[in-house]
Amino acid sequence: MSNEHEKIQTELAQYEASVEKAIARFPERANLPEKRLYTPLDIKDTDYAAEISFPGVYPFTRGVQPTMYRGRFWTMRMYAGFSTAEESNKRYRYLIESGATGLSCAFDLPTQIGYDSDDEISEGEVGKVGVAIDSLADMELLFDKIDLGKVSTSMTINAPASVLLAMYIAVAEKQGVTPDQLKGTIQNDILKEYAARGTYIFPPRPSMRLITNIFEFCSQKVPKWNTISISGYHIREAGSTASQEIAFTIADGIAYCEAAIKAGLDVDAFAGRLSFFWNAHNNVLEEVAKYRASRRIWAKVMKERFGAKKPKSWMLRFHTQTAGSMLTAQQPNNNIVRVALQTAAAVMGGTQSLHTNSRDEALALPSEDSVMVALRTQQVVAYESGLADVIDPLAGSYYVEALTNKIEAEAWDYIKKIDEIGGAVSAIEKGYIQKEIQDSAYKWQMDVESGAKIIVGVNKFHVEEESPKNLLRVDASVGIKQKAKLAKMKASRDNAAVKATLVALEKACVDENENLMPYILNAVRTYATLGEICGVMRKIFGEYEAHVSL
Amino acid sequence: MEKRIRVLVAKPGLDGHDRGAKVVARALRDAGFEVIYTGLRQTPEQIAEAALQEDVNVVAMSILSGAHQHLFPKIVNLIREKGMEDTLIIGGGVIPESDIPALKEAGIAEVFTPGTPTTAIIDFIKKNVK
Repeated sequence: MSNEHEKIQTELAQYEASVEKAIARFPERANLPEKRLYTPLDIKDTDYAAEISFPGVYPFTRGVQPTMYRGRFWTMRMYAGFSTAEESNKRYRYLIESGATGLSCAFDLPTQIGYDSDDEISEGEVGKVGVAIDSLADMELLFDKIDLGKVSTSMTINAPASVLLAMYIAVAEKQGVTPDQLKGTIQNDILKEYAARGTYIFPPRPSMRLITNIFEFCSQKVPKWNTISISGYHIREAGSTASQEIAFTIADGIAYCEAAIKAGLDVDAFAGRLSFFWNAHNNVLEEVAKYRASRRIWAKVMKERFGAKKPKSWMLRFHTQTAGSMLTAQQPNNNIVRVALQTAAAVMGGTQSLHTNSRDEALALPSEDSVMVALRTQQVVAYESGLADVIDPLAGSYYVEALTNKIEAEAWDYIKKIDEIGGAVSAIEKGYIQKEIQDSAYKWQMDVESGAKIIVGVNKFHVEEESPKNLLRVDASVGIKQKAKLAKMKASRDNAAVKATLVALEKACVDENENLMPYILNAVRTYATLGEICGVMRKIFGEYEAHVSL
Repeated sequence: MEKRIRVLVAKPGLDGHDRGAKVVARALRDAGFEVIYTGLRQTPEQIAEAALQEDVNVVAMSILSGAHQHLFPKIVNLIREKGMEDTLIIGGGVIPESDIPALKEAGIAEVFTPGTPTTAIIDFIKKNVK
């Protein structure tokens, strides 16, 4: 120990002795970090050059770009979509006019699970949590008067990601935009669907094939496209801790890399297009430490485990969404404050893009007014708060650096455990990851109910209030309208051409050496529906059956 | 000894948000109930059939997709059609307050919205189960 450290050690002991009396008079609150004060001693073993370093430099703890937000702010990307393609198109154009810098499409549940709007199982769900897309015809309406050569579009689509990406490419073609110009992201992260989000279709093996097919196809044809958004967001929403969020997600990322490498792809050919998706939860400093730790872990995984050579392959680039599960139905205006703090965390943590939730989302889909406040929150943080003016402003904080180290260590423990189980796919099949998340969710709920954890307006500072008005509603007429539109489209297309492309797709599904993307693209161009295309794949691949243990 | 209350926790519709359903299921189990959880994406027919087969006293459903107005009443009808007149049927999820009167009219005994403590659900079941 250096002389300076010895001196701090002595003074720290004096400080701790001196506060004993105060603590006896004012006992400390429950559920606090173990230490009340952090000092240089807590980070004395952290090697600046190796572990913290500089922005744009391995291991990217301080951020992936050399100048971060000094040149350009993060992309303000508001997740939106509901009802019909026409309605959602209006919302997108409203967002672009209001200063949003990227689009983010929410699809309804039938679309996410590969069913058409006229399927019996879709009844009651059409257009509810997102926009209903049955065929290329809907996709053309969704992006009407939006230049796909200019905008970047993120699509929250997983099991049928290949089909929606194909539709996007086909719409762009009609606008005269070639695939190599397209910018955007498909979520395409099936593993977290099994573990946390629930919109799976096929079993893991064919699902992993579809994902590697997309990696390969895009590396050749759609090089600016982010082929996957490996998502911790939903794992956190399902109840995990911060460390579990990044650990389980990075374990999923490792599984995707292994699958692609096994399929014969070179790691540097696809790794640069992998992106991540994190939650911004309530604890600001913990979240900042989490983002920093996640970048450091991924850089080490890519360089040391997979031997990636390009710096781009080592970078963890991420989108962030504020935590939906932390919004309260009680006193919804309080949510504006929560979202502002979560935004601050995401920005101080160096996010590449951000969606901010609206105050009324614990009650319904957001109204236009609420969405505006949420977008303005980002703009206030960007232009007024100063948080984006200096790179990685919390670096060097004894607490934040120590917490970054702690979260990293906890995440590595989980990653090692998952490796021992045989990787993320096995860990999910055995229910290990689901059980860990469920245990954390239950603990959180019990802490709230016991009062160990306070949620303002819910278990403290509660008031009687009137139920909020002006909630956005999607009524049943949307489903009827969508069905009629689909029937009309089916009657006017060339059904022989549709059938021929579906037969070709079915054959390709059987041959594991075929890349399915060109076949799906051909089918989409003939206006084959999402349900028809997924139906072919369901027939060959089967469906996933979840096994739940409480 | 009194017979234990049997509860079917069910996820109708297509939404995959089952954090709430699982937390409630576990809280009910810890409160001494016998709990069966259906898993995701159950059709109304599957839920009614499971309620019959498992001979439950309570069916507790969770929906976060907005499909409650369509699915909840349909499930109540199917359960009653199977002769389970006394089964207590409750629901929860992201459900606007203005929808609740119609759901109660349709036979949902109580609707629990975000922020409800699990103890409120446990108390309600104990008080109202037949």
